[in-house]
Formats: sequence, C-alpha cells, structure tokens
Amino acid sequence: MATSEARRSSRRRALLGRLAIPLLAIFTALIVASLAMVLSGTDPIKAYLALAEGAFGSQVARVETLIKATPFLLAGLAIALAFRGGLFNIGVEGQLFVGSAVTVFIGYSVELPAAIHIPLALLGGMIGGAVWAGIPGYLKARNGAHEVITTIMFNFIALRIISWAIGVGGPLRAPRTVVPETPAVFESARLPILIPDSRLHAGVIIAVIAAFVVYWLLWRTVTGFELRTVGANPNAARYAGINVEFNIVRTMALSGALAGLSGGIQVLGLAPYTFTTGFNVGLGFDSIAVAVLGSIHPFGVALAALLFGAMDAGARLMQLRTKVPIDVVTIVQGLILAFVAADQIIRRLYRIRTETEEGPVSLSQSWGGGS
Amino acid sequence: MSEPVLRLVGISKRFPGVLANDNVDFELAPGEIHALLGENGAGKTTLMNVVYGLYKQDEGQIFIDGRQVEIHDPNDALARGIGMVHQHFMLVPVMTVTENMMLGHETTRGLRLGLLSDLDPDRVAEEIKALGDKHGLSIDPEAYVRDLSVGEEQRVEIVKALYRGAEVLILDEPTAVLTPQEAEDLFSIMRSLIAEGKSIIFITHKLKEVLVIADRITVLRDGRVVGTTEPSKTTEAELAAMMVGREVILQVEKGPAAPGEAVLEVQDLQVRDLREQMAIRGVSFTVRAGEIFGIAGVQGNGQAELVEALTGLTPVEGGHIFMNGQETTHLRPRAITETGIAHVPEDRHKHGLVLVYPLDENLVLQTYYLPPFAKRTFLQPKEVRENAIRLIQEFDVRTPSVRTHAGSLSGGNQQKVIVARELSRDIRLLIANQPTRGLDVGSIEFIHRRIVEKRDEGVGVLLVSSELDEILGLSDRIAVMYAGEILAVMPAEEATKERLGLLMAGVREAPDSIAAD
Ligand SMILES: Nc1ncnc2c1ncn2[C@@H]1O[C@H](COP(=O)(O)OP(=O)(O)OP(=O)(O)O)[C@@H](O)[C@H]1O
Ligand SMILES: [Mg+2]
Repeated sequence: MATSEARRSSRRRALLGRLAIPLLAIFTALIVASLAMVLSGTDPIKAYLALAEGAFGSQVARVETLIKATPFLLAGLAIALAFRGGLFNIGVEGQLFVGSAVTVFIGYSVELPAAIHIPLALLGGMIGGAVWAGIPGYLKARNGAHEVITTIMFNFIALRIISWAIGVGGPLRAPRTVVPETPAVFESARLPILIPDSRLHAGVIIAVIAAFVVYWLLWRTVTGFELRTVGANPNAARYAGINVEFNIVRTMALSGALAGLSGGIQVLGLAPYTFTTGFNVGLGFDSIAVAVLGSIHPFGVALAALLFGAMDAGARLMQLRTKVPIDVVTIVQGLILAFVAADQIIRRLYRIRTETEEGPVSLSQSWGGGS
Repeated sequence: MSEPVLRLVGISKRFPGVLANDNVDFELAPGEIHALLGENGAGKTTLMNVVYGLYKQDEGQIFIDGRQVEIHDPNDALARGIGMVHQHFMLVPVMTVTENMMLGHETTRGLRLGLLSDLDPDRVAEEIKALGDKHGLSIDPEAYVRDLSVGEEQRVEIVKALYRGAEVLILDEPTAVLTPQEAEDLFSIMRSLIAEGKSIIFITHKLKEVLVIADRITVLRDGRVVGTTEPSKTTEAELAAMMVGREVILQVEKGPAAPGEAVLEVQDLQVRDLREQMAIRGVSFTVRAGEIFGIAGVQGNGQAELVEALTGLTPVEGGHIFMNGQETTHLRPRAITETGIAHVPEDRHKHGLVLVYPLDENLVLQTYYLPPFAKRTFLQPKEVRENAIRLIQEFDVRTPSVRTHAGSLSGGNQQKVIVARELSRDIRLLIANQPTRGLDVGSIEFIHRRIVEKRDEGVGVLLVSSELDEILGLSDRIAVMYAGEILAVMPAEEATKERLGLLMAGVREAPDSIAAD
C-alpha cells in the first residue's frame, strides 16, 4: 500500500494530467486564432491584451466577467451533470427558455415579500426546466428515443411556444410594448445587488453554491452514486440493482432544473428584468463547450465558465481597440471546444500518451445508445 | 538457435505505486510458441503492452530481428510485424468483420492517403477469407461482430492481426473465454501459423495447455522473470509453484455436504435470449442450503440466460423461480439481491465492475445505499474505504491503493474484486458464473476454498462453469445443460469426465439412468 505521501503526490500528478489537456487546448486555440488575426493584419498580442483588460482591468470589467460567467456556470453544470449520467442534454437551451419564462411569470404576476418571492420564482423556473428535460428523459427511458434528437426537438418546441406566448396577444406579452417581451418582474423578485451601483447580482453566489451542491450530490450522495453508475456502465448499474430507467428521467430532470435556474437568474438579476425571445440565445449550446472544457467536473466547469465569461466581457474592448470583430471570441471558444473534444489532436501535438490510470469519461458514450 | 525475432532486455515499467515489470529479459525464437505464465498482476499483459507500443517502458530495450527499435504505438508495432489479441477484445460490435478490418487500416494509413480510396471492401473481404481458409480460421467477412460468439470474435482478432502483416502474434489469455473445443481449434490454428514461420507469445493460466502447446515457458512473478523452462522438463505442480512461490493444492479439499432446505427452486423455466429465441426451454431444479450445485455445459447452451433470469437481469417468459421460499420470478434485480443472493457475473467488464470507478466504490456496488456505507442519502466515504481495505487484504487483491481505478487492475485482480464483494455479503444463495475465469492457480485454489467455506456455513451455491475440472472438483450435485435444457442431474460421485462430456455434447442417456432430483 502506498504511503500517504506517495498518494498525495500521485493525486497531484493526476490533477496536473487532468488540467493539461484543457490548458493546452486553450493555448492552441489562442494561437490558431492569432494566426487568423495576423493574416487580417492585426497584432494578436495587442488584441489579447485588450481582451484581458476588458475582462479584468477594472472593477466594472471584473463585475461584467462575473455576470457573464454566471449563466455559463449554471448551464455548464446542467450539461456536466447529464454527461455524468451518460446523457447528452442538448436541450439546455430550451430548458433555459422554459425556466426563464416560468420565473418571469411568477416574478411579475404576484407581489410577495422578497424572501419568498425570489426563491419561489427561481424554484418555478427550475421545475419548468426539469419538466422540459424530464419529458425527453422519459421518452428515452420508456421507448429508447435518443435524448439528443428529442431534446433538440424540444428546443424548437420551447422556442415556438414562447414566441407565441410573448407575441402579439400572447398570454405573457407585456401590455403596450412594440417588441415582444414580458412585463418586468416586481422589485420584490429582483436579485439583490452585491456591490452598490454595479450590476453584480446575487446570482453569482447562487451559481457558485450550485457548483458545490452538484459536486456534493455527485460524489457524496446515494443519488449521485446511482447517477454516475448509470452513466459509467448501465449494465453494471442494472446488475447493482439500480433502476436505470428511473435514473435517466431523474438525471434529465436535475439537469433541466439547473438549466432553468440559469435562465431564471438572468431574468431576476439583470435589467430590464423581462424576458424576450432574443434573450441569451445560444447560451445552452456554448455551455456544452464550458462543460467539456471543464472536464465535466463542477469545479472545472466553474473555471471554464469564468474563462468564457471573461472572453465575452472583454470582447467589446478588444473590438474597440484593435478592430478585431467580437466574433473572433466565438471562434476561439469554438476552437477550444474542438480541441478539448478531439483531445487526440492535442495529445498528438504535445506528445501526451494516453496511459494514465484515470479513465477519462468518454463523451461519445451517450451516442452509442447506451441503455 | 537462430537469431530471436523478438528480444527484450532489462524491461522495467512503473505505474503509480507499482513496479509492473522489473528488469525483464525475454526471447522469442522464430517459429516458436513461447508461453508466458505468472500470477495475476505479475506483469504479463503490461510486458506485452510495452512490446505492442501501448506503454512506453521506463527502462530497457526491444530488439526485433536483432535490431534495436522504439515502438511508439500499436501502428508502429504492426508495421514491425507485431500483432496482439487482447485479453478483452477491441472490436466494434455494430460493424461487420470486414469493416472492423478496414477500421484498423484506415487509422494506419487513412490520414496520409487523404481518402480511403485503396479500401475496396470486396477485396478486403476476399483477402480475409483467403487468410482465414489458409489457417483454418473460418470466418464470415459479412457477419456483424455483435452476432459472433466469443470464439469467432477471437478468430477475427487473429485474422485482423495477420491481415496487417503480423509475424509475431501475442495472444493474451485467449483460452480463458473459449470452450474446450474452441481451444482445440485455436491450438491447431496456432500450429498452422508456426508452420508458416510465425512466432507466438501465448499467455494463459491453464497449465495443462502450456504443457501441450508451448515450446518454451517463461514464468513471471512480481514483475520479475523467475525462470524459463520447457514442457518436457517440468510438471503442472512445478509450474504452479514457480508462479506462486509456494506449493499449490490443485485438488479441492472438501468434506461431505449437509444439504438443508431449498434456497433456490426453479420450475419449468423458460427464457428468451436477446434475439428472441428460446434459450431456456423448461428447466427445473433445486439448490439446497449447504450444497454446491454445479451446472456443466459448453458455453452458449443457455447458462448465461439462466443466470440472468435468476438474477432479474433478463425477463422470464414462463415458469417460476423461488428463492429462500419467496417467489422472485418477476422481481427487479434489487429485490432479488435483497432476498440474500450474491451473483458473480460471467462478464466482469459488462456487469461486474464499473471500470472507471475506484476499487472502494466497486466494492459497494450493491450495498452503497445501505448502512454503514450510506446514512440516509449520504455516502460514508470512510466506511466505504475501510470496507475496501479489509476486502483487498482478505482476498489478496494486488493494487497500489483502494482508490485505484478497477480498469487499471490486472484481469485476474479485477475478478478477485468481484468475488470479494459477492462473498463478503451476508447471503443465503451464491450464484457464480465462471467465478475463476482468468485467475491464476493460487487464486483459484483460494476462491474454491472460500466457496466451499460458504457451503459449509449453509449457503446454497449455484456454480456455472465450462471448466469440467472446476465442476467436478467443487460440486456436490451436477447438472448438465445442453441447448437450453438440463439433460441430467447426478450426484458428484456418479459423474465422470466421460459421462459429462457426452452429455455436454447433447448425447442423451437412457431414461432409467437419469438420477432423480
Ligand atoms: N494502466 C495501468 N495503470 C496502473 N497500473 C496498472 C496499469 N496496468 C497494469 N497495472 C498494474 O500493473 C501490474 C501488472 O498488471 P498486468 O495487467 O500486467 O498483470 P497480468 O500479469 O497480466 O495479470 P492477469 O493474469 O491478472 O491478467 C498490476 O499490479 C496492475 O495493477
Ligand atoms: Mg493480464
């Protein structure tokens, strides 16, 4: 048996190994994007410096980074949780929509003390997201319908229903507006501001707590053990007496709840405290990159969310200073995802052998139609 | 002797906490079958993975045909004429045999060629067929891998290696999963390959096989070479002692059984297999507390379906199952387990383990939700860990720590983890399907002793095995299964290898000789 010293050092090495691929992926993505900038005649160093300044250079910048990172973190957690359960929840986008809509509805339709109103509105959003994810989960458990297909379809359905609901004459439509949006939520439903005169709302704290809760759920509870076992080996899960079908539904519902929370926090935390169709479009998809970059570990996802938040926050200044279009940030984010997902490229590039004792969680397994 | 095709000098390979290979020297002569023996975790697979380019040795050199080489990955190994068939196969089930062959090809050359232009499936299929016919490896290139038996799958792996030009073939425990007939077939294939001038490294735990087929035998223990010998100069007992470092009792010692009440009663059971065919056609038998009831039979005659039906993993089509007096026919696996059942599954990777989980979690796979491992909904990592430390010690699982992932254990040690978990629970019925597959002789001795101990404590044991020696050595009563039926049940004293062999081949006995249950 190894000594605790040796164990600690081997754990340290394992952690380093786990960080290596994401860090190298980020590095490589930045290099590749900088080549594109050089070709178009801008100085990538200047651009990246501006990006960093826009993200961290002032208090306003830092606040903006945190605000942007918050929904990434929650939605990234949603995806990571599903991954751990062997499910690829592409429907975070739709669940986020449904969650926001429910939250906003509770936010503007009743007036309650804040201590009740905020939790109630967020809880409503979580339930909305959970239901919207739970149905594809049920379809998979019951009929084997692949969640990738059904959740994509549920994205469309959510989008259409909500466009109708906030369209002209729709039930959630605010009176007397020209744009399709809901009424703003009452004061009592708005998240408290953490730093006076800034936009930093308490949602950041909720998201960080959520990361700890997800970690704790996954590795410290019976539910988490079941969720992970079904994800890692559904056959062994059945052998162990775990109800695989029930777990598929539960995992999807939990994932959807996080997605719903992600959306709910946006509407309760940021002015104008309403919900529109243009709201946070694409967040559910970008979060896949966040989850994957974060090695589908809650704390990794938190770091990745911070990075993505920083890039989004800094992009404006980069464009201002160097005329590099904001879209470059999207390219970098896309490249990061590509390099992390296709980690063989990174392994080849940097000659990393795949012989670690840590079996990486295979992202492709849920495509195989596991159960 | 001529220049060795493969020579390893001073190979060492370290994993976190383990020295898997310690300064190993090894030689393979052309046209030779060289058997590699050793305890579970001795480092056999690791050594071969180094040769095959999956691992990079920390020290030592590899020489092929006298020239020193660096092998970076399996493609490198194949390019140098080294092919390997792993302990656990690596084929894609949803693809055909031909497609699986092309898959390898495409990764070796696909990128450089840009397109898969030189891969004409018809031509590949023809070549496969030709290669197969030459060595008596009949395989259907159009068949889907998922439809193949284990034996066939293995042949595909061998042909795949040959197709890619292997001159040296490494077979890692190829016979562990084969029926005796399939093993015979494999041996004639091996002889045919040798006749062609190819060389084979053959890993096994079955000492009888080694004495029959090998030209030379090298034994590893704790990562070091203990010695190299030849079949004519040694015996089973001597090999066993070399491997384990002590005398091994190859015969099970047990007293007479004291059967009690019925713990498992199966009445006219019918089960369909995955392809909806009847796999079990009306089987009835009883297992009593304190006896070992052995089911012999060639693999694939319904034993797998029987065990899965008993444990709730496969639905029952007809008939009844009673466990400990309670009907369990249509219960879920958890409910069945909770009546006091332990199950050592046939396929350790499919059912038995979660390979990405550390050992401590694998050791509570059925009990994670019960105290002391969980209080209410909270897992108790400390208890889980202490349980693992205890079992690992008791069952001599070779692992650097309890947090090591099951997937990085040697095959035999993985099996020991499962057996440890199942035998350590408070049970009344043990259902063990091939419980010692892949174990070394020392571990088999140990596990057999534990099973007999369980029997003597009053546990009923249903033992399914295709190893006749195991069935004969352990069982108090023996049933033979053929084509989904039980052809005969007999007391162990009345069983002989010949009688069982005939029954296993489907030859029915005259009605009056079938012993009453
Ligand atoms: N990828 C790995 N990571 C960490 N340790 C490993 C890894 N592979 C093997 N080991 C360790 O190296 C040792 C030798 O393992 P190996 O698989 O070579 O044994 P083996 O002789 O093939 O045993 P068996 O007969 O059980 O298959 C074991 O202690 C095992 O735990
Ligand atoms: Mg091995």
